[in-house]
Amino acid sequence: MAIVQLKGITRVYKSGSLAVEALRGIDLQIAEGNFVSIMGASGSGKSTLMNILGCLDKPTEGSYNLGGEDVSTFDKSRLAKIRNRMLGFVFQSFHLLPRTSALENVELPLLYSDDNLSWKEIHKRAREALEIVGLGDRTDHNPNELSGGQQQRVAIARALVSNPKILLADEPTGNLDSRTTLEIVELFQKLNKGGLTIIMVTHEPDIARFSNRIITLRDGLMSSDKTIEPLNALQALENWKDEEKIQQESEVQS
Amino acid sequence: MKVSAVPYVALKALRRNRMRTLLTALGIVIGVAAVITMVGLGQGASSEVQEQVNRLGQNVVLVFPGARQLGGVSIGGGSANTLTIEDAHAIRDEIPEVVAASPEVRSQRVLVYGNQNWHTRIYGQSADYLQIRQWPIESGRMFSDEDVERASLVAVVGQTVVDELFEGSDPIGETVRVRGLPIEIIGVLSRKGMSLMGSVQDDIMIVPYTTAFQRISGRSHAMVINVQVYDEQSMAIAQEKITDLLRERHRLAPYQEDDFTVQTQEDVAEAATETSRIMTWLLASIAGVSLFVGGIGIMNVMLVSVTERTREVGLRLAVGARSPDVLLQFLIEAVVLCLLGGIGGILLGVLATEVIATYAGWPALFSTEAMVVAVGVSAAVSAAVGVFFGFYPAWKASRLDPIVALRTE
Ligand SMILES: Nc1ncnc2c1ncn2[C@@H]1O[C@H](COP(=O)(O)OP(=O)(O)O)[C@@H](O)[C@H]1O
Ligand SMILES: [Mg+2]
Repeated sequence: MAIVQLKGITRVYKSGSLAVEALRGIDLQIAEGNFVSIMGASGSGKSTLMNILGCLDKPTEGSYNLGGEDVSTFDKSRLAKIRNRMLGFVFQSFHLLPRTSALENVELPLLYSDDNLSWKEIHKRAREALEIVGLGDRTDHNPNELSGGQQQRVAIARALVSNPKILLADEPTGNLDSRTTLEIVELFQKLNKGGLTIIMVTHEPDIARFSNRIITLRDGLMSSDKTIEPLNALQALENWKDEEKIQQESEVQS
Repeated sequence: MKVSAVPYVALKALRRNRMRTLLTALGIVIGVAAVITMVGLGQGASSEVQEQVNRLGQNVVLVFPGARQLGGVSIGGGSANTLTIEDAHAIRDEIPEVVAASPEVRSQRVLVYGNQNWHTRIYGQSADYLQIRQWPIESGRMFSDEDVERASLVAVVGQTVVDELFEGSDPIGETVRVRGLPIEIIGVLSRKGMSLMGSVQDDIMIVPYTTAFQRISGRSHAMVINVQVYDEQSMAIAQEKITDLLRERHRLAPYQEDDFTVQTQEDVAEAATETSRIMTWLLASIAGVSLFVGGIGIMNVMLVSVTERTREVGLRLAVGARSPDVLLQFLIEAVVLCLLGGIGGILLGVLATEVIATYAGWPALFSTEAMVVAVGVSAAVSAAVGVFFGFYPAWKASRLDPIVALRTE
């Protein structure tokens, strides 16, 4: 059974007499272990859909079954628990706490967990998560001492630390250059191979091609849904490095 | 949420903004320090008053010239000229309950000894004055009734005079001059107090009242008559008899008011403690206002902090924090802030009180018990201020919508 099942999801924003139909009926199933890209023009409802998938928002109509539970009936407190246990979030603007070490940033979700872990266990898990994203040697650095790509890796480690079933990323590479973007996507592919379901919003078709399913939204409706053979990000990164080397050598020669 | 993580998260947040934390806590520091100092000084003042009143002696009745003043008490008094030396004699001789009566006259004069000068208070009293005051002689002797009769030029002096004029050497038998008048020192009084205030009491020269009236002050009426009554049970009857006697002597008609005031030591003590109690309350409430202002400062900073950290709150909510977790975090931040300020305020307040008390020469104000109470109450009040003023900002933070909070810049 699919880990995510959306049926007839709508979302209407009401402000005064004005009502904006951001989503107008979405039916969507996502199987466990998928790497899904959501594409679409600005204002097509991508973020709105992500907020609902991430249990940060509730649909106006329709049902949402997450991991076998109908979460559209859950109250705020139960949704918070679901977010903490099942979901990891990665945002375009990282959202790291300033003047707080990478390790402590990563520990954050564990502080709100109901598992009542020991501090030792919390530190250990956060360190492991930072090692997975390749920042095992940066645990004591504050965000302002890290590059954009490294900051986003810390944010990914934070999303991973509570062992979520699904990683939700709304334009995770929107603030990064293309080389760093490739590195992040490569990390996503690696995590996905380990069994993590990933849902990623992007408006760059080149990035979407590293996932195995591309969903396109248009005016609050799904306009296309394609399963593809994903490109290999690791390979793309190697090619990039080779090209850079050739370019450097030619510059030295001339 | 993990229980031990609640204070941890709050302390982290305070440490991230060290400067702001310090400045905000400063408002509470000043408020609490003000309260402690005011209460401490108030207590000190009342215990000082109490002590001074006790120094008046046992079973003492004071007769002041002039009518009873507002509030039924006249402290110091002595402006009207209605009490004569003969009144004092009559009180002593005609009322059986009275043991001794001393007509008092005070003047401020410069004493000259060799090339030394010292400005002091000269008291004219009767020979039994020291008995009334229960003030023992340390060396030499008190002047006698004959000295009073003859208006002898003799005196007993307090320790401060010995220290200042004779630089501690034995003054007995030496002669000092008061406006050219030679006065022989025949006795030294025992030290009244180790405190600065005590040394004020010890800054005194006592001469026979006859000498004081005729040769020094130039006055003809007593400023106060110190009366000692036989025992405590006789105090009330003695007061009545003194009143009757003086009314008769002053030939007052029944419709006329007393032209003197009879007071016991307790009356004076009550009035004085009442006054200092009112002062304490007044000062403490002013200090309380400053604590309140400190609390408003906390609320202001917490509100700014919540606005500034909207994104942080959004993130915490996104990763699984619940509204009560956020509420508790901000509330504890405010409480910790206030407790920090409270601790600082206690230290500062106790220090300030001790310094002022030492300077004013009051006894130690804070017993260990009083200290524990002061610390406990201050800590509790600080925490209460934190909860009271921190609640609204914390509640605001906890009501944030994660999506909206994450989107704010
Ligand atoms: N909080 C909101 N209140 C009102 N309208 C909103 C709100 N959030 C989004 N919208 C509207 O919903 C539509 C979809 O927005 P969004 O999901 O953010 O699009 P995308 O992420 O694809 O750019 C847009 O028309 C947007 O203006
Ligand atoms: Mg968007």
